Parts: sequence; structure tokens; C-alpha cells
Amino acid sequence: MSEPFLEVDTLCKSFGGVTAVNEVSFEARLGQTVAVIGPNGAGKTTLFNMISGLLPPDEGQIWLNGQRMDGNPPHKVADMGVARTFQNVQLFGNMTVLENVMMGRYRYERSGFIRSALGLTHQEEGQTRAAALRRLKRVGLADKAGLAAPSLPLGEQRLLELARALAAEPRLLLLDEPTAGLNAVETVRLAATVSRIRANDVCVLLVEHDMSLVMSVADWIVVLNYGEKLAEGRPEDIQNDPRVVEAYLGQENGNSAA
Amino acid sequence: MELGKQSRRSTYQNVVGIIVLVVAVVAVGWLEIVQPFGLRFRDLTGGMVTFDTLIRIGIFTIVVVGLNLLMGYAGQISLGQAAFYGLGAYFSAIMTTLAIRHDVLPVMSRSWWWPWLAILGGMALTGGFAYLIGRPILRLRGNYLAMATLGVGIVLYTLFREGDNITGGSDGISGIPRLAIGEGLKLWPIERYYFLVWGVAILVIIIALNIVNSRVGRALRAIHGSEVAANVSGVNTTRSKLQILVVSAMIASLAGSLYAHFQALVAPSPFGFVASVTLVCMAAVGGLASIWGALFGVAFVFVVKEVLRARMHDLLHGAGGEHELIAYGLILILIMIFMPQGVVQGLTEIYQGWKKGRQQTTRARDKTESSPRYQLIDESN
Repeated sequence: MSEPFLEVDTLCKSFGGVTAVNEVSFEARLGQTVAVIGPNGAGKTTLFNMISGLLPPDEGQIWLNGQRMDGNPPHKVADMGVARTFQNVQLFGNMTVLENVMMGRYRYERSGFIRSALGLTHQEEGQTRAAALRRLKRVGLADKAGLAAPSLPLGEQRLLELARALAAEPRLLLLDEPTAGLNAVETVRLAATVSRIRANDVCVLLVEHDMSLVMSVADWIVVLNYGEKLAEGRPEDIQNDPRVVEAYLGQENGNSAA
Repeated sequence: MELGKQSRRSTYQNVVGIIVLVVAVVAVGWLEIVQPFGLRFRDLTGGMVTFDTLIRIGIFTIVVVGLNLLMGYAGQISLGQAAFYGLGAYFSAIMTTLAIRHDVLPVMSRSWWWPWLAILGGMALTGGFAYLIGRPILRLRGNYLAMATLGVGIVLYTLFREGDNITGGSDGISGIPRLAIGEGLKLWPIERYYFLVWGVAILVIIIALNIVNSRVGRALRAIHGSEVAANVSGVNTTRSKLQILVVSAMIASLAGSLYAHFQALVAPSPFGFVASVTLVCMAAVGGLASIWGALFGVAFVFVVKEVLRARMHDLLHGAGGEHELIAYGLILILIMIFMPQGVVQGLTEIYQGWKKGRQQTTRARDKTESSPRYQLIDESN
């Protein structure tokens, strides 16, 4: 196995008196899909927000490919090759489907203010548009490219957000409850897309409540409960771990509303 | 690919728009200079809209294009844009009157290029000022940002009004010289100045259209759509917002300088809260996320005002100034109710709806004519 690509080292985060994340550590490798699971309120999204630079950790460190990442603002984190989707879909509602994916190509574009003002960006625009369209074709949304993004049903909005994240060709991809609120058909479609990502040497971190998706897609599972790491291991081992089962007692196993 | 066609069509539309605008500007300017058969522009509009008004429309279009970039595209509210406009106007006024009176840099300040340098200097000063206040203010969102810009506008207006020694207080500064290129080409009388103002306006529109259809424009719209998603896509939203604030301020300053050399007098009143709100109204009426909307919004508001002033007492006997204001307000309200996206978008939608309606009527007619089956069922009751 290769060197760890992502290292999360004793991360801590509190909000006022509430400890959201307490000394969480784990690793992930390129080509590996790590699922982060746990009951609601276990600190999964807070963990994601720290990794993507939206929240600075109180303590602890985050390393990406040997470089310190914690403390970087989100756009710098993006520059390091990290992309993410959100629990509540964050599309650009004022743009079309295609334009949303074009935004995913932002860090590959080079035109600054002067070039843009002088109208010299034609070639770059064409390249970005072509790359975005290819990406849309791969998730099956190419026929809706010209539509306003909010006009899509939720399942396709999540696919679109995923396409935008993939357009950035990230090395670390964070997916925050990508199947939340989706029906069975939409879930299958999204799961298929997520499985295809695995082939590309990308490190995927996945927060999910849908256990069948987690079991089929994850190589490794980290279980959080009340902000602490409860257990980690291969899917088969976690499935049978009594501590994990107990933590989920009273929770529904399967799809849960976001 | 159909989408390549779509983007080429919108570039094509923009180019056509620019050409039409240039032709219209040149045609009207030529009319005013040559005055064939004694005809002047005001005669084309029944005396309601004058040539003078066209210059004001041009100047305000420049400001509102900048405001559109800030509000419509980046989504940052500014209720104090008139302050940037005023800074440019006052800087040009001071540099070309007081500086000469107090013999600052005597040789330079009397040359023909000094006012132009002052215009550039005003843009730099206003841009710098926008940068300084932008850094703390742009952290605010929505209503809070609106109030902060309102406050900045009021502070500057007060400085304009109370700075007696420098700004001339409530009376302002008069005797602002006209602009000239070289020793010989004076940009006056009014027909010549018209070409300068509209030349600058067209240039600003072209630059704004370029920005909007590029990576920078897309990033601005992304910030407006979802700032957090823009951030994680790699956009330095803090820097982008600041950048567009500075650019819109510099554009407003440029317009202010053009105003100063047009009016030959600057006083505080055109740079207060009412002016800032009027600018926002013009932007909203035209269509916030539309550069062409800026042009139409300004023209619409000016024309409505002039038409009301000329025809108000025809509509209602004994109507006066206050009634104009009420009518003007009513029109704005009606537009916001029926065309909230602005006049440009509203008219486009009406046109597309009309086109679709005609297509559907034709299709429906074809259908009924070619389905005798229905008639059979009817008859076999």
C-alpha cells in the first residue's frame, strides 16, 4: 500500500461549550474510499468543514501529501487538489447546469482581470466549456446543459454538484451525504457514479447514512460518535463490531432524511 | 455542439448591440451638428428629451454599469455609489480650479493635459478609498452591507457639504474648465462633449461585457450564487469582492469627472443619498445582472422623468411637481411588480412568449385539421 495521502491528526473543535470533534485521527490513501459514519451530531460535517478549510481546528493538524493543510482558507485548500459536495446542495442557482460545472474548472483557468477586460479569453472559455460538457456527459446530464440549475430535481442537482467537484480533477474528494433526500432510483444512479470515481486514483472521503451504499463502496470505515472516533476498520469488521451496533441502536439503518 | 452555438450567439448579440449603439450615437450626434432642415434631436422627441439629457444618460450609464457589476453580478449591495461618483467630480473640480488659484505646480496645471491627469488621479484616489473601506465592509452581508455603504455615502456627502475651504461647502466649486485634446481641439461645444461621453460609455460597456463573459465574471456570479461553494471551488472571494468594488468605484469616479467638466460646477446635492438610491433604481429597472440593462435602465428613468415633466399637466389638470414624483414612483412600483427581473429581461420574456404562442397556435391548428377520428367519435353519439 502507498503512503497515506491524507493524515488527520488529533483534530479538536468546540463551539462554545459543546465539543463537536474530540481528538479525531485517521489516514486515507490515494485510490482508497473511506466512509465516515456515525449517528447524527457525531461531528462528521464539522470534520469535513475543517478538512476543506471552512473551519479552523482548535487543535490538531491536517496533512495532505506531506503538506500542512489546516489553517489554509478554503480557496487555498481547493488549490491543493481538494473538492467537496455539501449536505445541503450548494449549486450556483443563478447559473445554468453547464456554467456550474465550468466553475469546477476555475483553478485550471488562467485569465486574470486584465485579460478578461480586454476580451482575450475566447480560447480559454472554449476549452473550459468543452471540458465541462465532457464531464456532464459522463454523469448523464449533457442534455440538460442549458437549463437553469435550480430547475433540476434534487437527484440531478446532487449529480450536478458531484460533476462540478469532479471537473476540478481533485485528488481528495469529500462527499457529504450525497444520497440524502434521494429516492431509490436516484440513489442507485449516484452510487454508480461514485463507484466509477474509485478507478481514478482519487482519495474519496464519504459521509453517508445509507449503509448499503457504504458497504458496497467503502474500502475503510471510520466510525464517529459524540465527536470521538469509536472504531475504524474494514466494512466487514465494522458491520459486526458490537460498539458500532450499540451506537446505532434506536437509529434507522438505511436511508435517513438529511 | 448546440452549446457552442449558444455562446457564439450571445457574443454575436453583444457585437450587434455595440454596433447598433455606435451607429445610433453617431447618427444623433451628426444630426445635432449638421441640423438638416433645422431639425435637432429634441424635435425627434417632441421637445421632451433634449441633447443635454442624452449626455446625462451617457454619464449615468457609466456609473450604473459599474454598479451592475458590483450588485447584479457579485451580489454586493451598494447604497453609497454616488459617493464614489462625487469623489471623482470633486477631485477633478479641485485640481482644475483651486490648484490653479493657489498656483500649485503652475506650469503643469495650466496645460491641456492637466485635467486628464486629474481624471486619472481621481480614479486612483477613489479606487484607493474603496479598497480601504472595502476590506472591513465586505465582510458584511445583505442588509448590514447595505447600511454600511449607506453610512459611507452619508459621511462623504457631509464632507463635501462641510469642507468649505476645499470643497466650497454648499455652494460647491464653479468655473471648472472644459476638456481639450492638445492645444487646438477643445471638447466643447456640447456636441463635441457628447461624443467624448458616449465614447467613454461605449468603451466601459465593452469592457464590462468582456468581464462578464469571462472567468472573472463567472467567479463573480458564483460568489453571488453561493459564496461558500465559490470558496471551495478555488475563488478567493474576499479578494474578488474587493476587486470589483474598487473597479466599480473607479468607473463611478470617471463618470463624476466627466460630469464636472460638463456642468462646470459641482455642488454636494447630486452626490447624496437620493442620488445613490436613484442609481440603484436605474440598475434594478434595467435588470441587475445585465450590462445592457444598465443602459436601458438609465435611459428609461430619464425619459420617463422628462416625459412626465412635459406632459403631466396634460394628463391631470393642475398637476405639478409633486404629482410627477407620485407618477414616477408608481411607474417604478409597477415595473418591480410585473418585471422584477428588469425591463430588458421582461421585454425579452414577453417577446419569447409571443413567439412561442404563435408556434403553439400553428401547431394546434395543424393537429385538429389532421385528426378526423375525433369527429367520428363525436358523431357516433
